[in-house]
Amino acid sequence: MGTDPTPRTITIDPVTRIEGHAKITLHLDEAGRIADARFHVVEYRGFETFCEGRPFTEMAGITARICGICPVSHLLAAAKTGDKLLAVQPPPAARKLRRLLNLAQLTQSHALSFFHLSSPDFLLGWESDPARRNVFGLMVADPDLARAGIRLRQFGQQLIERLAGRKIHSAWAVPGGVRTPMTAATAAWIRERLPEAQATVARALELYKALLDGPLQREQRTFGDFPSLFMGLVAPDGGWECIEGAIRFIDSTGQIVADGLSEDDYASFLGEAVESWSYLKFPYYKPLGYPGGMYRVGPLARLNVCERIGTAWADRELAEFRARSGTPESGGRIVTSSFAYHHARLVEIVACLEAIGQLVEDAELQSPHVRSHAGLNATEAVGVSEAPRGTLFHHYRVDDDGLITRVNLIIATGQNNLAMNRTVAQIARAFIPEPVAAGAEIPEPLLNRVEAGIRCFDPCLSCSTHAAGQMPLRMALVDAGGRVLAERVRD
Amino acid sequence: MSAKLPAVHGSINGQAFTAAADATLLQVIRGAGLQVPTLCHLDGLTPVGACRLCLVAIEGHPKLEPACVTTVADGMVVHTHTPELETYRRMAVELFFAEGNHVCAFCVANGSCELQDVAVEVGMDHSRFPYQYPQRHVDASHPQFSLDHHRCILCTRCVRVCDEIEGAHVWDVGYRGSTCSIIAGLDQPWGDVAACTSCGKCVDVCPTGALFRKEDGTGEKHPHPERPRQLAEARSEHHWQNQ
Repeated sequence: MGTDPTPRTITIDPVTRIEGHAKITLHLDEAGRIADARFHVVEYRGFETFCEGRPFTEMAGITARICGICPVSHLLAAAKTGDKLLAVQPPPAARKLRRLLNLAQLTQSHALSFFHLSSPDFLLGWESDPARRNVFGLMVADPDLARAGIRLRQFGQQLIERLAGRKIHSAWAVPGGVRTPMTAATAAWIRERLPEAQATVARALELYKALLDGPLQREQRTFGDFPSLFMGLVAPDGGWECIEGAIRFIDSTGQIVADGLSEDDYASFLGEAVESWSYLKFPYYKPLGYPGGMYRVGPLARLNVCERIGTAWADRELAEFRARSGTPESGGRIVTSSFAYHHARLVEIVACLEAIGQLVEDAELQSPHVRSHAGLNATEAVGVSEAPRGTLFHHYRVDDDGLITRVNLIIATGQNNLAMNRTVAQIARAFIPEPVAAGAEIPEPLLNRVEAGIRCFDPCLSCSTHAAGQMPLRMALVDAGGRVLAERVRD
Repeated sequence: MSAKLPAVHGSINGQAFTAAADATLLQVIRGAGLQVPTLCHLDGLTPVGACRLCLVAIEGHPKLEPACVTTVADGMVVHTHTPELETYRRMAVELFFAEGNHVCAFCVANGSCELQDVAVEVGMDHSRFPYQYPQRHVDASHPQFSLDHHRCILCTRCVRVCDEIEGAHVWDVGYRGSTCSIIAGLDQPWGDVAACTSCGKCVDVCPTGALFRKEDGTGEKHPHPERPRQLAEARSEHHWQNQ
């Protein structure tokens, strides 16, 4: 028998340094062992419903407002869905400009996740004072790195502003294309700023790899390292993709499970399950059922599904990423540790910066022909883009006048929901000494690792529940009878 | 031709004016380089005094008067900016926002909206009146244009420009009280109204995002409120050779 006759629950509430409001509960069995872990998303907004009745041409402007971190992702998915309602192909310049905007978005969001939100854990230490374990603590400990990280995000944000008129909540991408081309001044600005951005990510990669070789080995093994499917867009040649291409599923052995899938058919291969304890849905790969159809999306998944990135430095980094962290079962092809999301983000920043460097030399981006015009030619469409956190689907139905009758948004963070829950349980089992005695105080650094498991996925709860909220963390320890035994709250 | 009336004299904010006897106070105020906010008024269209933003205080008058429909009189002493007027103007703008569903964030007119400009001008940073969130709809039945009733402030510019300039008289004001709304063709879907010439003048003069071109997305509306005046002048001054 264990130390306590009734099972209990540990609650981490609110979860901090994520985009949104959530809590974690760790459920103990009667023996005081971790029986289950749940990542609860406790906010709700209902964007899908209040879009109903609006003209589809407004959807880019409305859905961009879901989130202040990745408005570009919603903007692009909405514009692509709008293209299909108009039944037009945007001009080549517009497609390239949209890609450039998404590359800037991936860069700024990944920089935010790595430098501002996650790096304090591993650069300052899991055991460091929580009051200083943040980007401000990083500024004190390593001001040059903190400044460089902030400037890397600034590069992405300012590029978005230069293209789209504003850093957040632009409505620059429209059904049929974009509003304005890139100016020569923006091209010159990119050329000037790119070397500094590349130097920053090179330094971050060097630092991070050294940590992987040393103090982060245990985290790499225990932070959500399990087999699952991975989903992402790939280019027609199997290369890394962020806005066009087709959907691919790959499993942990490197076997391609499904390829060439169209977003139009998402309902045939994706299901959305609901649990009573979270507003965040649980998407799954339908052929494998729920919850067996667990899959991951985002930087790790994009690097797993692609054959190559297509630029020299990024391909070298991808090869090293796989060599370091790829599983033996897949011959080093697939990385299954969720902790590797951090490394994957840095590799993707390299990929984005190289792609930006190539696009800026393409004179077509300064062409004035950036928009195709048409009336409503279809009443249902699905658009897709790769958001920083993974594949984002927008699905609209409209009436004959172009007014929205139904919206379904499938958000990247939701698609990682099953994996996030599994990650939290795995970390709790690895780091929290069992059995947990009644009244035992869980040391803060251990709870911080549980939170950090969630941060690997860089979840955006504002997007995933289309909800507003702060970013605090709440964690609770609950017994089998439902009693909250211990609770931690951090704002 | 009617005999020319003698000029009248008075003062606005302590500044003396001389004006034609049939001039409106708004014409005199603007002629003197002074400014009062307006939403329903548009040069080239008949003034109606609907929005109440151009209210002014006239010494000896028991109530405030809308400058757009008040004719000047000899000896008038007018004040355009008193604490009372500024309070009422701000209140009127707050009521516009409270009684409709005005969401600038994704509105087609964001950045080119006269209601937005007036809110800034009167210093409105929030509404002290509870938002009504009325249940309204969008009429997107016309092939080129849409009417979003959520954003309509019932200024009737569309009604007047269609009647007075285009001569089609598609628009009217229907219903009463809080259900009062702009109607097309005696309350048909706009797209069914045979009288509509699809000229777009109503869209050009709408001060908000209520009337817009269908392909306009957030912030893409470019209104042309100057057109009624240009057209009225062109007709009265025979700018076209064949007139």
